[in-house]
Amino acid sequence: MFRVSGPAQGHKSIPGGGMMKYVNYERPSIDGKGLMMGKPGYTDDLAEQNSLIVKVLRSPHAFARIKSIDKSKAEALEGVELVLTYEDFKRIPVTRAGQGYPEPSPHDKFVLDNFVRHVGDEVAAVAAIDRETAEKALELLVVDYEVLEPVLDFEKAYENKTIIHDEPEIHEMFPIGFEPKKNVAAAYLMHVGNVEKSLKECDTVVETTFYTQAQAHTMMEPHTVNARMDYTGRLVLYSSTQTPFHTRRIVAEALSYPMSKIRVIKPRVGGGFGGKQCVHGEMLVSAVTLRTGKPSKMVYTRQEVFESTFSRHPMRFDIKLGAMKDGTLKAIDVEVLSDTGAYGEHALTVFMVAGSKVFPLYNKVDSIRFGGKVVYTNRTPAGAFRGYGAIQGNYALESAVDVLCHKIGMSPVEFRQKNMIQEGETSPIFEIMGEGTEGTAMIMETCKLDYCIERGMELIDWNSKYPRKDMGNGKVRGVGMAIAMQGSGIPYIDMGSAMIKLNDDGFFNLMVGATEIGQGSDTILAQIAAESLGVHPDKIVIYSSDSDLTPFDTGAYASSTTYVSGNAVIKASEKMKQMIIEEGAHALKVPVEGTDFDGDTISHGDKSISLRDLSNRLYYNEDQKQLVAVDSYVGTKSPPPFMAGFAEVEVDTETGQVELMDYVAVVDCGTTISPNLAKGQVEGGLVQGIGMTLYEDVVYSNSGRMITNNMMTYRIPTRKEIKKIQVEFAESYESSGPFGAKSVGEIGIDTPPAAITNAIYNATGVRINSLPVTGEKILTGIMKTRQEGDKK
Amino acid sequence: MKVRLKVNGENKVFDVKADEYLLDTLRKNNYVSVRRGCDNTSCGVCTVLVDGAPVASCSYLACRTEGKEVTTVEGIPEEAAKIADCFGREGADQCGYCNPSMALTIYAMKKELVNPTDDDIRSYLVGNLCRCSGYQGQHRAIKAYLEVE
Repeated sequence: MFRVSGPAQGHKSIPGGGMMKYVNYERPSIDGKGLMMGKPGYTDDLAEQNSLIVKVLRSPHAFARIKSIDKSKAEALEGVELVLTYEDFKRIPVTRAGQGYPEPSPHDKFVLDNFVRHVGDEVAAVAAIDRETAEKALELLVVDYEVLEPVLDFEKAYENKTIIHDEPEIHEMFPIGFEPKKNVAAAYLMHVGNVEKSLKECDTVVETTFYTQAQAHTMMEPHTVNARMDYTGRLVLYSSTQTPFHTRRIVAEALSYPMSKIRVIKPRVGGGFGGKQCVHGEMLVSAVTLRTGKPSKMVYTRQEVFESTFSRHPMRFDIKLGAMKDGTLKAIDVEVLSDTGAYGEHALTVFMVAGSKVFPLYNKVDSIRFGGKVVYTNRTPAGAFRGYGAIQGNYALESAVDVLCHKIGMSPVEFRQKNMIQEGETSPIFEIMGEGTEGTAMIMETCKLDYCIERGMELIDWNSKYPRKDMGNGKVRGVGMAIAMQGSGIPYIDMGSAMIKLNDDGFFNLMVGATEIGQGSDTILAQIAAESLGVHPDKIVIYSSDSDLTPFDTGAYASSTTYVSGNAVIKASEKMKQMIIEEGAHALKVPVEGTDFDGDTISHGDKSISLRDLSNRLYYNEDQKQLVAVDSYVGTKSPPPFMAGFAEVEVDTETGQVELMDYVAVVDCGTTISPNLAKGQVEGGLVQGIGMTLYEDVVYSNSGRMITNNMMTYRIPTRKEIKKIQVEFAESYESSGPFGAKSVGEIGIDTPPAAITNAIYNATGVRINSLPVTGEKILTGIMKTRQEGDKK
Repeated sequence: MKVRLKVNGENKVFDVKADEYLLDTLRKNNYVSVRRGCDNTSCGVCTVLVDGAPVASCSYLACRTEGKEVTTVEGIPEEAAKIADCFGREGADQCGYCNPSMALTIYAMKKELVNPTDDDIRSYLVGNLCRCSGYQGQHRAIKAYLEVE
């Protein structure tokens, strides 16, 4: 059974961290059993039974101006309560990005607008007594469109004659390179040293182009929100969101409604992966409920989730690497073009992470240049998605590194060991690049990449498998690898806070704004509080998140919760512990100095009082007062987790079909607060990365309609594709993290594109330069190689 | 129209439209553990058992349940608790949205297959998609559950 079973739990030593009672132990998640047994908890489970159903008429055109909307027939339909069009809203540009304020994303979206910019964009909304009536009303809306020429190819977007955002009100919040007249949502350029000069001095230079595709989050719970007015006249939203506090702010801004009259409750969330960082239906249901006074709700159809929420930014990387004969990497030159789709959510920051959380991996270069543009197109907007640019950049860099290794005749492992960042080192990129702003200098206090590579080689049996093995039946196997890094929150921006309340009978409420979305944050934050206070985790009752009740937290994104919110929980717990000691000393009539609290009892010499007796005394008998401790944490650095990923593939050289035989991940994320939940994060991230590499693609027709707008045509991996995955953790202790922890939410997704395509190259000699990998691309490559061989 | 059926052992009469799907009927009648994932039989989140066999309730007409026995996860509390404990040990719960449907399918598989191999398990559950777990923890948990039995 579970290793934490009672207060008599054995102690466990973690390297660098001393003895742990509740951290680094495997515990079941606190909500898993109840949810599996059918308890309600998700947004739609908690909607008012009589909610109006809100449905949205969505654009059939990739780009069009709405000349007029005749809503009279729809309004006349019995059961229709309200029809909303752009004429019902003040023109207030906002960004739905769900970031801190002021946002590094352009304010380029109106609740409803007289332009539609992608197939699936909002035209009008209907609120009716049931779904059938709402759907019928949508059919009765008469819309006259002026269809415009769309921009569907992101490589043709810059300075295209079609201007996607020509409206005068839109703006950036601070300089991000926003030039809407040129279809540019954001632009960026940084450099260290003189790249052109160092490339000239190199013995070998490789120059390659890589493309990454859009990916859909495909969380199992569709985007869902409901609204009601409470008995004090306040608007209460239940939303499946990763950012309840940002959602409150954005809804208030978009509807010019006082923030103090809005409450956002985040119940259980059925997966997010970044897809629920942005706001979705919140503005429309709020508008409906504010105007009708009646509860209303929206549950996105799966088609709406695909077409009308967000996806991963497709990118093109033109990358040059320069090295000396001995394998010393000298120069990195990267130009990126990123496609943000119809709106600029996360345009700049995802772009920057494609550099800032990738290129410090090779910190010994003389020079680096990283820059480019993020352009608008008439496609479903891109937004935040686990990996957040790092997976795109990692594919480009770690593929290019293998191209370089091949050219100079060096093993990819040896090259990385020679050039990669090491513990105690830094990179100038940390100081130059943040997320939308300047970054923060930091030294790698923990970096176990050396171990991760060595252990990964053992687990995949690299030495006997590299580079390839002919299976003798037309099939060939190969191994490939890649290294990766991520971050742990955004320094000086991401803030987490925690409030701890002692109750009579001696148990605690832990209130956090940190957003549990299935990753297990409630479970591990309760573990952290238990460890800090020294009390059994059963005595910690955790609650997240409710903008009225829980303290502020930026939300579940940027790999911040364990590190940022976890540190806030420690600070609040330490305050609470001190209060308990002071109150205990007062009750025992002894000095505070020399008084201890061991989790059960406050004692001083031979005098003692139990926490239960102390709390009952505090609330019922003497010196009555409520003990509450609250504290916050803002990171001053963002210690990266690191990992090495190894793939073994088998390619059928007759058909080009590829099978992933084994994937090994060895991760340095500092202390794992809960080893089983951390492993689940890595395994889940890996399979999303494998999906992006081998199966997933958001495909559009020539007119800009999404073809893969359901789960039959958009193929996420099933359990049959995933044969063998091995995940291990390096021993590592990051002293700035909670009990030595760094983040683990995103790092798992980063390596599969490069590691798998490197393995395919090692097996077949075919370099895959665009994702996803297909049998066709491999076979075309094999045939081309054969033809070239024949010519020779 | 009215349909008479059993839900979790209780006799029920539901008033349904001819084109109403079982998922909507159950949710309307407060069986909220049955959830919508994809609308077209692709993800398995809406799985319930009809006469013991897993079906996708998003695409199963409610009127077809006339005279049949429908089981949601609330109808198999003991088995669901055992499965949940195995999932918990492996950290395989994750967001939990699909887990009631997962428990029902695993329970049906246990009744249907004798000593299933790894491949048998993957094939039986192939229609139950999960985006969180990468399936690894689930697979370990399912094997542990079958071993306990």
